[in-house]
Amino acid sequence: MSEHRHDVRLSVNGAAHDVRVPARRLLSDALRTECGLTGTHVGCEHGVCGSCTVLLDGQPVRSCLIFAVSAQGHQITTVEGLSRADGTLGAVQQAFQECHGLQCGFCTPGFLTTITAGLRDNPDPTRDEARDMIAGNLCRCTGYQNIVASVRRAAELLAGDAGGVGEGERA
Amino acid sequence: MKPAPFDYLRPSSLAQALEMYAAATDVKVLAGGQSLIPLLSMRLAAPATLIDLGGLAELAGIEVDGSVVCVGALARHAEVERHPGVRATQPLIGQALRLVAHPTIRNRGTTVGSIVHADAAAEMPAVLCLLGGHVVAESVRGSRDIAADDLFVGPLETSLAADEIVTGAYFPALPAGAGTAFDEVSRRHGDYALAGVGVVVECDGDRVSRVRAGYISVSETPLVLDLGAAFADGVVDAAALDRAAALVTEQVEPEGDIHASADYRRHLAGVLTRQVVEQAYAATVVRQGAA
Amino acid sequence: MTTKLFGEPILRVEDDRLLRGGGRYTDDLGADAVHVAMLRSPHAHARITGIEVDAVLDVEGVLAVYTYEDLTGPMAAPLPLLIPHPTLTRGRTQYALARDEVNYVGEAVAMVVAVDRYVAEDAAGRIVVGYEPLPAVVGIEAARRAEHLVHDDVPGNVAAHMVQEVGDADAAIAAATHRLTLDLEVERSASMPLEGRATLARWDTDSGRMVIWTATQTATGVRGAVAAKLELDLVDVDVITPDVGGGFGVKIMHPWPEELLVPMAARLLGRPVKFVEDRREHFISSAHERGQVQHIEVGFDDDGRILGLSVRFWHDHGAYTPYGLIVPIITSTQALGPYKPGAYKVVFDSLYTNTVIVTPYRGAGRPQGVYAMERTMDAIAAALGRDRTEVRSANFIQPDEFPYDHGLLFQDAKPLIYDSGDFPASLAKLKALVGWDEFEAYREQARAQGRRVGIGLACYVEGTGVGPYEGGHVQIETSGKVKVATGLTSQGQGHQTVFAQIVADELGVDLDDIEVVTGDTRRFPYAVGTFASRAAVMSGSAIALAARNVRAKALRIAAEALEASEDDLEIVDGVVRVKGAPEAAVALGTLAVLSNPLRYAFDEASKAATQFAVGDPDKAPVADDDEPGLEGRDYYSPLRSTFANGMHAAIVETDVQTAEITILRYCVVHDCGNLINPLIVQGQIHGGVAQGIGGALYERMAYDEHGQLQNASFMDFLMPYVTEMPSEIEVDHLETPSPLNPLGLKGAGEAGVIPSAALFASAIEDAEGFPITSMPISPSELFDLRRQHTSGHHPSKGATS
Repeated sequence: MSEHRHDVRLSVNGAAHDVRVPARRLLSDALRTECGLTGTHVGCEHGVCGSCTVLLDGQPVRSCLIFAVSAQGHQITTVEGLSRADGTLGAVQQAFQECHGLQCGFCTPGFLTTITAGLRDNPDPTRDEARDMIAGNLCRCTGYQNIVASVRRAAELLAGDAGGVGEGERA
Repeated sequence: MKPAPFDYLRPSSLAQALEMYAAATDVKVLAGGQSLIPLLSMRLAAPATLIDLGGLAELAGIEVDGSVVCVGALARHAEVERHPGVRATQPLIGQALRLVAHPTIRNRGTTVGSIVHADAAAEMPAVLCLLGGHVVAESVRGSRDIAADDLFVGPLETSLAADEIVTGAYFPALPAGAGTAFDEVSRRHGDYALAGVGVVVECDGDRVSRVRAGYISVSETPLVLDLGAAFADGVVDAAALDRAAALVTEQVEPEGDIHASADYRRHLAGVLTRQVVEQAYAATVVRQGAA
Repeated sequence: MTTKLFGEPILRVEDDRLLRGGGRYTDDLGADAVHVAMLRSPHAHARITGIEVDAVLDVEGVLAVYTYEDLTGPMAAPLPLLIPHPTLTRGRTQYALARDEVNYVGEAVAMVVAVDRYVAEDAAGRIVVGYEPLPAVVGIEAARRAEHLVHDDVPGNVAAHMVQEVGDADAAIAAATHRLTLDLEVERSASMPLEGRATLARWDTDSGRMVIWTATQTATGVRGAVAAKLELDLVDVDVITPDVGGGFGVKIMHPWPEELLVPMAARLLGRPVKFVEDRREHFISSAHERGQVQHIEVGFDDDGRILGLSVRFWHDHGAYTPYGLIVPIITSTQALGPYKPGAYKVVFDSLYTNTVIVTPYRGAGRPQGVYAMERTMDAIAAALGRDRTEVRSANFIQPDEFPYDHGLLFQDAKPLIYDSGDFPASLAKLKALVGWDEFEAYREQARAQGRRVGIGLACYVEGTGVGPYEGGHVQIETSGKVKVATGLTSQGQGHQTVFAQIVADELGVDLDDIEVVTGDTRRFPYAVGTFASRAAVMSGSAIALAARNVRAKALRIAAEALEASEDDLEIVDGVVRVKGAPEAAVALGTLAVLSNPLRYAFDEASKAATQFAVGDPDKAPVADDDEPGLEGRDYYSPLRSTFANGMHAAIVETDVQTAEITILRYCVVHDCGNLINPLIVQGQIHGGVAQGIGGALYERMAYDEHGQLQNASFMDFLMPYVTEMPSEIEVDHLETPSPLNPLGLKGAGEAGVIPSAALFASAIEDAEGFPITSMPISPSELFDLRRQHTSGHHPSKGATS
């Protein structure tokens, strides 16, 4: 007896993806497999590591703790949606490169989405606020120092980005 | 770690949800999913049916009036935390919520969901008990109020009937002149607490008239202690705080696990009692000053 | 562009695609693959009485299920014992799928292949295995008592008993003015990269070839194992390492059962097959490391100089020993640190337990060795009432004593000879950085505020750049692009950037024109792997040598083409030109064309190399000692390891009420010789320090007496978030170049994590005033120790005379 599949329209980075998935398909898997967007990574599947963090209506959520069927009708932003419309890196991505904020890159998409939302809510974080912003994401490579620096550098870059759409978050 | 298969139902009204829930056996209700989905992924739970309440916008409301904060079943922790009315009417809620997991989890997890999950290591069940709040449980048979004291019957166990869904949690407002605080000790930032306590201090003029504390991680169900005996003089001084700590360490019965021994948790309960009572008391002076 | 790139903090070339979500990790590949779920033993020790798989094949979407009975030929034999050693007389390895017995929770019993992972897990859940549970041996004490055995034919649970000695340590200790004994223990942690293990295999029936993508630290290792086990010729197996989400040692272990089973299934099914483990599987079926119990005896003089040191330890190896004795051998040899004890004896037992196997985790046995030595140094200082840095100084090998021969064999089977270093200078830098001499004043201030603080330090030496060799290939294409390949692998260390920096400098080309590929057996088939902080030293050196070969050939061809002397030529921005006469120039791409005499032109540029365009009618187009093409291949094989060193200091505060431990300052002085890219070295140190903090204060594997791992998830295995880290990691460098390789490099990858157990034990002991002998330590455990010491009955002796 085959498993019932649901027709779900996922709105990801401004584009519609019509997928047919069982109800138990996690959003993380649907994004990676059915939508072919492999930038979102799976590190634990119990909501602790944060590698799978995407934005749901602009708010960071663990995509491993949402079913794809529950995500219909929401705007999802993944790391692939953080680059600017002209193809250049967004401010947060640019800051990570300048500050050596990534090594293996596996946890990075989860940090990028989290920080993108965090800086939108608090564009000029203090050092402590920058630390709090990333306090729910694990990284095993960097020891975090350069990620904190990346948050502050991203804030600088955004502040210097006068006018325009600002951070390239396509939702 | 992928969940076992289940039939998925997504009701479009509360009435429909209640009918589905009554009709199903071996069923779980999905709200925020932050506690439930890891259980499903690890196959520690494998219900035949899952009812997703996500479409019930009518349950997402947060209503505040002078006497009570009402949190609907689908209100996310983050929304409750941000709500200015909640902060003004019952500050203990926000003080506890900021300690629940991490902001990303709070964006999706629901306060009612946390209460119904009934983990004695969780903040919100203890807050509900401490404030003497209640939940509204609805089923096809009707609706009833369940007082917090009657809701939690065992570890991860509530007194809800098999067909009841909690649609709202009601937190009484903070009385005038009173102050609150919540703090906990955990291994890492955002982890479950090794021990934690929320405190409400009520005043009568410049005398302390009532001190009650709700504890997490030191019992099987949320534990509320009336610390009045320690503050019979009506003052919060070092001696009174010591008496309160002693009272608490005698009464809590924590269990040890790989993270902390029972003795250490008991010790923390006492230390935190001192600190948090003091913080809650300071909040009364502040409120009185501002009033 | 004439600026040298070596030593510059160049931004990484890897970053752009990783930041866009364009990383290609193993699970991102093989969209058409079918998927694996493994059935693993729920028992720590049991006999298998039967396996029923019939119910599984009925599940829709299941393609196959395999058990031991399906393994044939070499696949039916146990997995390889990778590094044999004469003292490993009772080495044991598991079967790819359990045969009659399971020896740890997590051991692979069956494999299901299905259309997706969800269905595969459903099916695996339906397999019925009959188990007859046996007593589980858990922990070093139980293994030593040997009431029960892990392997019936291994008496005492002892896989190996090894003795190494220089001089007569027992006699030296007996004759010394002062003596101490210490009993210490350190518990397991694990590498725990955020990407687990994953393998994808594609069998091409038409060509009879196997192509494998796997998250490994050794592509050539996996290739060799797969070829042997599946009876394929090496030339018919490709192993490609895609992006890897961290390794930290656990991914050097190979072949995992799944790395063999997946290609086997791909060939049997004629479909690409992919295995991606989940986090729980990583906890219970990959590898752990660090667990040891140590007994130390030391004899010393009034200055604290060690006259004799005897280290006896028991090493928990888990259920099998596929990686040989490398970890305890490293403990044995690296325990010596920067010191020269008069006489030294180290004895260890490698013990079996019914738990996950133990293979190297960043540091690979060094942390345990440093723990033994550094706790001993602190104990000596305490016994003599002397400053802990003075006691260490009295024992240092002095700068003029290099090369220093310890008289022992290191993990590469080469003599343990330190090549260079300046330990007094490192210590002076560290003391200045942390303010060692000003600390007592700070402690007083803190005490006045009712706060409890302590300072600790730990020193280590790390043998890096271990052989046997690595190779490098550098090729200039007719486009002028430079293609570089080396066989070892990358897991985030920025190899594509640092190796390009080396080539840019050696060849005089732009960084943007260089592309580096690592860990692809198609591009470079002779290699060892990434471990022991060896990549920069080994591949960096080989690539530099290969690039020099290419440069020499380019200049030779250019000299002919420009009718100039080679000595008068320079290469700038990819163009060879006569010094002082830049119009006389020829691009490297053109030289690549000229280097390959052609019969057929395929584009405009190649016309220049055809037979009627170039060549001497009286000479062979390709000389006897030459080859076509502008490429160089070379290898670096070291005489022995090159020794980096470091010293860390930390100031901690222990909460008087809650016993919580806060790191106020963390200081590192690090000597890894010349730095190719300081940004990347800094990143490695930060990451290592974070793992060290995790291992000292938060992480431990919590097994119960039945061999069940109680914290097999990130909820209960506590890796640090940013909030558990100090706000700054202060690093200062010393650079004593290595005399052993062309670039003067020493390895840097593991440095950050090595001294942490010793360091935090030292600092917390200093804060509390009683011995810390067991690490890691939690606030609850510190609270318990406080009560024991106040009440006056403390079971653990710590240091006793």
